[in-house]
Amino acid sequence: MTNMGASLFAILPELVLTGAILVVILADLLLKARPGRPTAVAVLSCLGLVGSVAAIAAVPGPGAGTSAFGVMIATDGFALFFKGLVYFAAFFGVILGLMSSEIRREQYGEYAILLLCLAMGMGLLAAARNLLMLYLGLEMVSLPSYILTGFRRGDRRSSEAAVKYVIIGAASSGLMLYGFSLLYGLFGTLDLTRIGMGITRLLAGPPTGEHLALAVATLLSLAGFAYKIAAVPFHMWCPDVYEGAPTPFTAFLSVGPKAAGMAALLRFFLTAFGAPVAGAVGGFPWQVLLGILAMVTMTVGNFAALNQENVKRMLAYSSIAHAGYMMMAVAVGSGDAVRSVMLYLPIYLLMNTGAFLAVMAVRERTGSELLTAYRGLGSRSPYLAITLTVFLFSLTGIPPFAGFIGKFYLFAAVLKAGSPFFNVVAVVGVLNSVIALYYYARLVRTAFFEKAGEGEGAVALTEPSRVMLTVLAVPTLILGIYWGPLASLIERSAGMMR
Amino acid sequence: MSIGLGHYLVVSGLLFSLGLYVLITRKNAVAMLMGVELVLNAALLNMVAFSRLGRVGPDKLDGQVFALFGIVLAAAEAVVALALVLQLYRAFRSVDTTETTDLKG
Repeated sequence: MTNMGASLFAILPELVLTGAILVVILADLLLKARPGRPTAVAVLSCLGLVGSVAAIAAVPGPGAGTSAFGVMIATDGFALFFKGLVYFAAFFGVILGLMSSEIRREQYGEYAILLLCLAMGMGLLAAARNLLMLYLGLEMVSLPSYILTGFRRGDRRSSEAAVKYVIIGAASSGLMLYGFSLLYGLFGTLDLTRIGMGITRLLAGPPTGEHLALAVATLLSLAGFAYKIAAVPFHMWCPDVYEGAPTPFTAFLSVGPKAAGMAALLRFFLTAFGAPVAGAVGGFPWQVLLGILAMVTMTVGNFAALNQENVKRMLAYSSIAHAGYMMMAVAVGSGDAVRSVMLYLPIYLLMNTGAFLAVMAVRERTGSELLTAYRGLGSRSPYLAITLTVFLFSLTGIPPFAGFIGKFYLFAAVLKAGSPFFNVVAVVGVLNSVIALYYYARLVRTAFFEKAGEGEGAVALTEPSRVMLTVLAVPTLILGIYWGPLASLIERSAGMMR
Repeated sequence: MSIGLGHYLVVSGLLFSLGLYVLITRKNAVAMLMGVELVLNAALLNMVAFSRLGRVGPDKLDGQVFALFGIVLAAAEAVVALALVLQLYRAFRSVDTTETTDLKG
């Protein structure tokens, strides 16, 4: 049995965050209708998140105490890295919510509290080493997500999106739970490491019905992860939810839960199935299946994005495509691949949040998310148009922006796998990047080369928007040229306890 | 004849299939949520059955604990889902998912 005191110390980030949530709830109640209430709530939430990120540094690193509460929660570098990443995503979500008029002032407190709860869930999901913890983490991310999607009460699109989300979410988590129950039945344990040992033992023997059961259980479990990262065939909720949800939450949703889901998927497959994902498991070629899913996911996302007139919806499909790029590396499952996903996600956090921030700024002024609202943005609001261009080109993966570095590492990891199949996957990925260029560039062209219509005046940027755009755009540029420190941080934290 | 693991697995398999069937065929949001509940209960029944009769080592109680957590989470999920369905009804005057379709593309 592990020492309880050491375990509590190991979840210091969560404890700080829990404290922050309680303080924010109290502050929100006590301040009632005072004018400074939203600002105070936002400041407290941000302080809580910053405190949690700081607490991550205090947790003993890999090698010291790599696991807490028996083997429920991992405290290895991998988990800590993702915790920091998702707390950052929540940080941006809190600030964007304060800037948006889609979140009513008197409801902002609830928004911030739910977002903080979500952040904690994402951290636990990334650290789960046990099927029970994995399920709890997933639900802790899902439940606040449903509520925040339907946050604009009385809005038809918001309500519809929330119900679609909750039905698809609940269904896929049900499928996953059934898969987990079969895994428990097969191996008599919920611990991922021991499930991994059980799988190795099972596959060493002659093929029996249990191999089939294992294949079914894994397929069902995969459904839950695929839904969380919005991969085909569980991506249908994504465009509707992204369009219907309040824009600041969409910005967060496209990054935070996706990162946490990706971390959980990586840990699940690498721990239970060994690294690399080891060819055929249970008579089923998992690497090939994941590789095919990755190709289908990015192709579906990119082709569907081509004709979208609603920019928010277009970015939703683009985020499906990005999940596909990352899944290529998950399929490879090598150490390089894990590191490349870890490098891609922070970059993706910056550029995608930035793109949604630009969408939000245009919506605040024009009340529209349609492509036509972006006509002549280059002259109506040069700063907004230029930063939007930076984010979009970075999403495309054009040098010298950060997105290029992220994609470069992803493709390098896939090509390093060296098998003919993964070479095909990489080629499909490159072709997809070219397709993506079309719709990103279409938005840039609309902004710079099309004349604004009658009555479409200047889009005045508020000072907070300008600051936030800069905060997101500058690192997007810098990381494209000087990514060494981030890469070495990942190198240090990539160690995952198996 | 005594009730063994196989019997439980058959029942849970049936529940799972019925839940999936409801999910796929029904268009009413409330009915779809009922399908989800069936799937969840099938999984939890599996957990308890494996924990009691299956091949478990030292983690004998894990499955039953999991089921308890699962019941709580299913309740929480039902609360959130039904609240959202109510909100959908207020906005559309319908809970038929083929009629509540403003979002397309």
